[in-house]
Amino acid sequence: MNRLILKINIYDFTPLTQAIHDALSESFSPGITTLIEMVIIGIAFITLFTILGLVMVYAERKVAALFQQRLGPMRVGFFGTAQTIADAIKLLLKEPLMTKNADKFLFNLAPFFVIIASFLAIAAVPFAKGLQALDFNIGLFYIVAVSSLGVIGILLAGWSSNNKYSLIGSMRSGAQIVSYELSVGLSLLTMVVLTGTLQLSEIIESQQDGWWIFKGHIPAFIAFIVFLVASTAELNRGPFDLAEAESELTAGFHTEYSGMKFSFFFLAEFVNLFIVAAIGATVFLGGWMPFHLGNWEGFNLIMDFVPPIFWFLAKVSFIIFIIMWFKWTFPRLRIDQLLTLEWKYLLPINLVNIVVMAFIAMQGWHF
Amino acid sequence: MFKSIYNYFSDIYTAVRSLLTGMKVTGHYVFHPKEIITQQYPENRDELKMFDRFRGEVVMLHDENNEHKCTGCSACDVACPNGTIEIISDWEINEEGKKKKIIDKFVYHLQMCTMCGLCIPACPTDAIVMSEDFEHAVFDRSKLTKVLNKPGSKIMDGIK
Repeated sequence: MNRLILKINIYDFTPLTQAIHDALSESFSPGITTLIEMVIIGIAFITLFTILGLVMVYAERKVAALFQQRLGPMRVGFFGTAQTIADAIKLLLKEPLMTKNADKFLFNLAPFFVIIASFLAIAAVPFAKGLQALDFNIGLFYIVAVSSLGVIGILLAGWSSNNKYSLIGSMRSGAQIVSYELSVGLSLLTMVVLTGTLQLSEIIESQQDGWWIFKGHIPAFIAFIVFLVASTAELNRGPFDLAEAESELTAGFHTEYSGMKFSFFFLAEFVNLFIVAAIGATVFLGGWMPFHLGNWEGFNLIMDFVPPIFWFLAKVSFIIFIIMWFKWTFPRLRIDQLLTLEWKYLLPINLVNIVVMAFIAMQGWHF
Repeated sequence: MFKSIYNYFSDIYTAVRSLLTGMKVTGHYVFHPKEIITQQYPENRDELKMFDRFRGEVVMLHDENNEHKCTGCSACDVACPNGTIEIISDWEINEEGKKKKIIDKFVYHLQMCTMCGLCIPACPTDAIVMSEDFEHAVFDRSKLTKVLNKPGSKIMDGIK
């Protein structure tokens, strides 16, 4: 144990993970070692999910309140900090109801689809140097692929609830994800043109001397904006929350869910918000890379002093804040406006943008 | 052809501009927490000040000599849409030997009042006003039936 504590280094987690691996390998066979490591990582992510859920629901409520000149939760705990814990206990104690003619198997399966998609996606997120569960050479592609799996859960939930509102909501969600997945993929691809790799750790390494949003000129900035808009749509968040449109569909696909099953949808929504912000931060804002300015050695040293995990969390919070800003400012789109925005505006802009970016990369005009 | 291309880009421009205008407004709120409207009610009870036009409950004004302005004309009773006000009048013989109508009890049923304020402009002598008090909850229903003229009060001189 002492050996492990000595290895904790907040700037680089590789020695720690390596030490854990070595310690386990000493006493177990390779197969069991992998199994134990998987269990450790699973527990770590479940803990992370819980903390993320609690923190982000509180943040969302406070930020929403600030945007609307309100105070938000103030009574439970200091400045309402214990509010989400109270909410979680309430959700745990609630009765899981089911509609009479619901498809029982699919109804129970749907929340797990949604939450497992989030689990799969968060596995590839690089939190800090050496703090990444899966470092595929196709990491970015993997995240984009598995994060859209969640829509199967939404479609199942809508279908099996035996409720017209749920069904309409989930169908809208399907149409929305099919459309906007394209823009998310293409805007990320615009950056992949520059990085030349899909591996997330290498994408971050390539931003050592400056983040891509600065190095990639205007096309990178356009790609960032498109990414923000399209991923907001993919998250089913306002102003694109047609899937749950309270005023028309009561709560959309999760109308019939209550208790823990509902909280799975709720949690997955917030964790997906975190994941999207993490991808955005990794690809456009340099992940856990500190902010460096050219040759200013002193300045760069001070920036290096801040641990990478804090850089990562700061960038993620920044993007989450912008997405929350969207939600609490803009009115909800109609379904035809939603599809017009994607197919007539975002997609053509994106396609032109990727060509421009390819030209810039070919000429070597980026920094 | 060029017109439609121009329209396409001007649409994008105006859309982005109007969205940014909206974000500027809400962004202003975030960074100016002093403009928050919400009040922490039970905590700020001591310094809580309602605004001038707030309609709490109907009260009758009395001056320092315990005199009010109500002539008992029942105009407020007529104006009230749900029979909240009940005036029990009495007759008084004044010094000239004439009979004059005065109020015995101005009964106000708070439980029926919707705080619409129609009785206030109906009053010809401005005897009643809406107060700023809004904490009406009581444990006994009978406490909601109030007599607005104070005991022993009489009408001011010169009010007809």
